[in-house]
Amino acid sequence: MRYLLLIYQDEVAQSQWSGEEQAAEYQDYFAFSVESEKRGVSAGAALMPTNSATTVRVRNGKTLTTDGPFAETKEQLGGYFVLHCNDLDEAIEIAAKIPGARHGSIEIRPVMEIM
Amino acid sequence: MDTIQQVVSETFSREADRILAALIGTVRDFELAEDALQDALLVALERWAVDGIPYNPSAWITTTARHKAIDRLRRENTLARKQVLLQALLEQDEQRGEEDMEDTAIPDERLKLMFTCCHPALALDAQVALTLHTLGGLSTTEIASAFLVPVPTMAQRVVRAKRKIRDAGIPYRVPETRVLGERVDAVLCVLYLIFNEGYMAMSGSELMRRELCDESIRLARLLTTLLIQESLYHEVPEALGLLALVLLHDSRREARVGPGGELVLLEDQDRSRWDSGKIQEGLSILERALHMRQPGPYQVQAAISALHAQAKHPEDTDWPQIAALYDALMRMTPSPIIELNRAVAIAMADGPLQGLALLDQTNLKKELSDYYLFHAARADLLRRAGRMDDARDAYTQALKLCLNERERAFLNDRLVEVTQSIELEGL
Repeated sequence: MRYLLLIYQDEVAQSQWSGEEQAAEYQDYFAFSVESEKRGVSAGAALMPTNSATTVRVRNGKTLTTDGPFAETKEQLGGYFVLHCNDLDEAIEIAAKIPGARHGSIEIRPVMEIM
Repeated sequence: MDTIQQVVSETFSREADRILAALIGTVRDFELAEDALQDALLVALERWAVDGIPYNPSAWITTTARHKAIDRLRRENTLARKQVLLQALLEQDEQRGEEDMEDTAIPDERLKLMFTCCHPALALDAQVALTLHTLGGLSTTEIASAFLVPVPTMAQRVVRAKRKIRDAGIPYRVPETRVLGERVDAVLCVLYLIFNEGYMAMSGSELMRRELCDESIRLARLLTTLLIQESLYHEVPEALGLLALVLLHDSRREARVGPGGELVLLEDQDRSRWDSGKIQEGLSILERALHMRQPGPYQVQAAISALHAQAKHPEDTDWPQIAALYDALMRMTPSPIIELNRAVAIAMADGPLQGLALLDQTNLKKELSDYYLFHAARADLLRRAGRMDDARDAYTQALKLCLNERERAFLNDRLVEVTQSIELEGL
């Protein structure tokens, strides 16, 4: 199965991290991506903060563009990984190893497989 | 025809969980497995009337259901996932050949089914409903009536849980050693919840509540057997602990409800009405668990229940030992509720003032301020200590928070009693 692992974290709190804390987090993500490649993680990226987000809707043929993320929440989507594995237990095991799981939350979503 | 119907329905009710578990193991889809099983039962009714009853009815039904699953997949093989499934089933079928219709023993896959039904990715109420539905053989209507939920709500809960298992890829297997302990805990937790729902509820039909307790006991027994079969010995003591706990609680079922349906407190129960068979079984199972020397919270709770069960009269209760066991439980799984119980046991062992000193710890008071049993227990200790004014305030507070009518009646009686004694004092 394919799963999308969505990393949610408090970006305001994270923006106040010290230089060392940030460097340590990068280091952990680097280690994770090297290790997780062997376990079926095929893609992933960190996202720019939500103050760079734009939301687009088309209503009655008109494109409405607004500043900001789709929803204001306490934790924001900060990155993702795509994972190929056998079942949810394996996905949970990998998700728990994402450095962001220690301070934020990882949402595991199965990818819809359509022929 | 009547007898055929009887054999089909007897085979089904005796082995439904086992057949279903084996089917889910091969078709990997709860809904498909259940539909195919229904199909197979219909075929059995027709064919057995003509060909006679097969040598191994369960195996016959399982094999037929597997064929029916293949038929169903062929009819609607639009999704890639289904085609993969169909391919796997056809290969299995080829390997087994035709002659296995009756000979092969059905593999016992019920342990895997338990882990799937009690997977933490499912909501707790869904875990409970699904466990009762697939392993307990209770119909959705029966489960709904036991939990006082409308039938469509319960049906939807079960359907949603089955779909989540399929769509999220919740596995059907014995978990890896790394997570096995916590997954067994999850199963134990669901079985205990089922038991408590049957034991604690003061409303709903008596029959349904009894059924829940019996199912929980049966499933705890089954879990223990399966864990031993799979050589997962490390997980056995706590499973035995839960089994002992529910048996010992259940032994008091008849005595804990009065003729008017009111709750009878442990100290007021007619102990001759306790089920001595269940007590004996509970005690010997607990002993077996304790011999394995891997203590855990269910074993400790069972040991507490055992000390109550062994006391012929309330005054024979070994309260110091019970207080020590609550102390052990507090170290394993700290919680304010356990601390409350420990305080009550200490009050019984050493006197109400010792118990009150524990209840009046500031953090406990804060955490349990909305819990009526905290105020009820405190009121009782204050009353025993002769602090009637404080007791009256505590009973009043408990009454404000308690919603259960029978318990309210009990608290109200005590409040009247305490108020009267204050008035007498004033004379």
